[in-house]
Parts: sequence; structure tokens; C-alpha cells
Amino acid sequence: MNTIGFKTLLRKELLRFWKVAFQTIFAPVITTLLYLVVFSQALDSRVSVFHGIEYAVFLVPGLVIMAVLQNAFANSSSSLTQAKITGHIILILLPPLSHLELYMAYTIAAMVRGMVVGLGVLIAATLFIQIPVHNFGFLFIFALASSAVLGSIGMIAGIWADKFDQLALFQNFIIMPLTFLSGVFYSIQSLPAFWQFISHLNPIFYMVDGFRYGFLGVSDVSPWYSLTFVIVAMIGCTALTLTLLKSGYKLRH
Amino acid sequence: MTALHIDAIHKQFPGVKALNGIDLSVECGEFFGLLGPNGAGKSTLINIIAGLMSADSGTVSIMGHDVKKDFRQARKNLGIVPQELVFDPFLTVRESIRLQAGYYGVGKEGYDWIDEVIDALMLTDKANVNMRALSGGMKRRVLVAQALAHKPPVIVLDEPTAGVDVELRRSLWEFIKRLHGQGHTIILTTHYLEEAEALCDRIGIIDHGKLIALDTTDNLMASGIAAISRLRITIANSPAVLPETLKPLLAKREPNELLFEYDRSKHSVLDIIDALRAADIEIVDINTEHADLEDVFMSLTGRREP
Repeated sequence: MNTIGFKTLLRKELLRFWKVAFQTIFAPVITTLLYLVVFSQALDSRVSVFHGIEYAVFLVPGLVIMAVLQNAFANSSSSLTQAKITGHIILILLPPLSHLELYMAYTIAAMVRGMVVGLGVLIAATLFIQIPVHNFGFLFIFALASSAVLGSIGMIAGIWADKFDQLALFQNFIIMPLTFLSGVFYSIQSLPAFWQFISHLNPIFYMVDGFRYGFLGVSDVSPWYSLTFVIVAMIGCTALTLTLLKSGYKLRH
Repeated sequence: MTALHIDAIHKQFPGVKALNGIDLSVECGEFFGLLGPNGAGKSTLINIIAGLMSADSGTVSIMGHDVKKDFRQARKNLGIVPQELVFDPFLTVRESIRLQAGYYGVGKEGYDWIDEVIDALMLTDKANVNMRALSGGMKRRVLVAQALAHKPPVIVLDEPTAGVDVELRRSLWEFIKRLHGQGHTIILTTHYLEEAEALCDRIGIIDHGKLIALDTTDNLMASGIAAISRLRITIANSPAVLPETLKPLLAKREPNELLFEYDRSKHSVLDIIDALRAADIEIVDINTEHADLEDVFMSLTGRREP
């Protein structure tokens, strides 16, 4: 294992988003808080969520995990795509870094950015709304595993995309709809049976639902079921990313 | 010890045989030049050496380490200066070089060496400047520094002076010569034949995916087309008849100019001048040219420029 090499690449990836923290941290925090203000004000009495829970309290965990997921994806995908487009990916491919070390550095950096943004949203939200914590272990493991999944998917998208257009396609037509239709803004139990069924096919639904359980202690499906689903997704995405990296797909010709 | 060993490398792209059985060894401490026209297979070969591309068959080893099976050791022993001016736009010069060393497993213990390299490449003033703010020449120097950051014994410079001004080219030449003097094995691909002629001990010429010449620079220059010299003589009046002994050597005839091409091992300038004088031809001016590497290159590949 090239430990120093892995740590250096991780440091570089952290440095990359930290140097433009206004764009990568503060801007998404502000955007997510705007969602919170607008949706909680507009839908407070119109959307039925879990019994006895205010809509704003229901909304915050969903928005936090949505921010975690979107930013984890954005970090690894944009870093790889930019490196490919400008050609400086070669500076990462020449050194003695294995596919596992590359995967770990990019994914952990993505997880860190996702969690920093999520934490920012949570801290800002708790200034105005009191959020209970039912099970810290659940919310932590869901944040960790879910950001790893989206960090991995970000790597897959970054490896696949040859230009930012293609990355936008991935982000706007896959990640964004799955995130918005995952029950961030509503409980899926309020949906008709058909849409409930469709929602159960959405992997991000399980991430949101399990993470929310960590805060509120209530969920649409069993948190253990969600956790199993997320862990399986993490293993699958990790395996696919490692396979792509090992094969050199679109990186080493 | 062999710094670079290439054994029967083949690489096929759709419709193109990029490399067709390349065999090559470069010994430790050599200054080796790899020349070839655009599309000859040079970049493909460099990419395979660097591990950026896989060969269809054959093996490559750096300092005895196979680039596939023992990629960590092979890459640790290799420093590559890529042809394109690539850089991470988020980093400063010093960050870029330190991080590059880190990827190779070099930690803080390498910072003194990195400062030396920064200094030797005249980058000290720019060490804390963002890469985006540098000129093309400065970016090229940073790429050289990044390739040296982990002190590799074998350094591959892929067209290091392409697109740089004369002053920087000269300073890079001096720096590369200094590295070679310190014991590094240098493998240089270049578009500038004079560069290869001035720097390299040995040269390989690649064309259509095959190594078509491989010899010391001196031998290449002394053999075949390189042994031919040209003598351009300006004369006062066009002679009616040239001496019989000079007719086979005459390459071109103008009213007031005669161009002779001759094999230096068989004829001399004096023989030609004496024969012209004996025929009462008044000589106004003399100009001699020796064939250079470009002539050798052209005779082998049939093209003017690599």
C-alpha cells in the first residue's frame, strides 16, 4: 500500500474543494437553507407527514441528507471530469497509486465534502428549529454509507463523462430526479399506491428514510431494511468503480 | 544495468498498427533520443512505458521492474515530463510539486530536494503563485520539476522544448545535461533534430511503428547519408566543360554556381578545388555543408521533419 501516496491524493482532493469553499461549501448550504425556508413556509400546513411531527422538523433531516448526497456526487464527478478535460489526470495516473488507493482518496474526499455541507445545513437549521436526535448511530452510518454511494457514483460519472455536458446529463436526469422524488419533501405514505411502489425502487429513498429515522425515530420503512439496501448499494457501486478503475476504462487506453 | 527494456511491443488501434514489434534497451546513465515523424508511434510507446496505455503484447521494464506486474517499483523509478502543458488549476507551483512527490510516497523528507529543484529551474519567485498565472514556459518548468520530485533514476522527456522560446530551450538543455551528469538516465523525444544531435549519446528512429535505426549519434552521423558533404562553389564564368573527374559529383548546376555532393571518405574539398583550378575555372566563393541528423532522418523515413 502506498500510504503516503493515498494520503497525499486525499489531501489534494480536500484542498481542491476547500480552496473554493464559497462555491463548494457555503453556496450549497445557503441554497439548501432557502429550500427549508420556502418549503417549510409554503407547505407547513398542507403536507401530511408523520403523526405529531411538524413539517419543518420532518423536512430538515431530508434536506441535510440531500445536501450530503448531492455534494458527495458533485465532488468526485467534477474533480475527475475536470482533470480529464484539462489533461492533468495524467499527473494522478503516472504515480504508483493502485486503483483501490485512487478510489479511496476520491470517495473519502467526496464523503467529507458531503458531510461538511450537510453539517453546515444542520447547524444553521438548528438555530431556528429544534431537531431531535433519536439514534445518532443510525444517522451517522446512513450519512457515511449514503455519501460513499454517491461519491462512488460520482466517480463512475466522472470516469464516463468526456465533457461537462455529459456530466450535467447524469446530474440533471438521474441524480436530481432521484433525490427530489425520494421523500425529502414528503412522506411517501401520502402518495397513491402506484407512486409508493415507484418510490420503493428509488435507492435514494432508503438513504433519506433511514437518515431521517436517526433523527425522528419514525420512518416509512424499517431502518434496518433501508440500511441493508444502502450497504448493498455501497458494495455494488464500490465494486463497479473499482472494476472501471482497474480496467482503465476511459483513463488508461 | 538496463534502465529501460522493451521487448517485442505490439499495439494495434482500429485500422492502424501503432507499434509493430519494438525491441529496445537503454542502459543506465545513457542519454537516449527517440525520434520519429508525427504518428510514428513515439507517443504510444511513451504511454506504454508510463503505464498510461497497455500493449497488446510484449513487455516493458524500468530498472528491471515490469510496468504491469510490478507497477509500483517501475513507476517509482520513472519520471515523465508529458508533452502537453497540463496542470491542476487549484494549486500553486510549490503545492503542485510537493503533492506530486507525495503521490510517489515521498513525504516531508523530500521538501529540501524539491526546493533545490525549484531553485535549479528558476521557479523560486513563482513558488507560491497559482499555476494558472504562469506563462507556458514556466508551466513547462513545473512539469519538469514534478517529474523530478521523487528523484527517479530514469527520466523521460516527451518533447520538453516544444513551443518554448530559445532562451528557455537553452536553459532546459543545460538543466537536462546537468541531470545526466548526475547519473540520471535520460530518454528524450524531440521534434528538434539539432536537440537530439547535441544532447543524445544514442538515437533510435521510429517510423510506422517500427524501430528503423538504432545507433550512437556519432555512428549515425558517420554512416550512409551522413557521410555525404555538399560543396557549393560560386564561379566567375560558367565553364563550357567540367573536368571528367567532377562530373559524377555534380548535384546541381546554375550559371554561376556549382553544387557538388561527395563522400568524405573518398573525396576532399581540395580535390574538387584543384580540379576546377586545373580547368581554369575562377572560384569566387566556397561554401561547405555537412549532412545533419535531419538528412539522416529524411533518408530513412523519406520525410523532411520528424
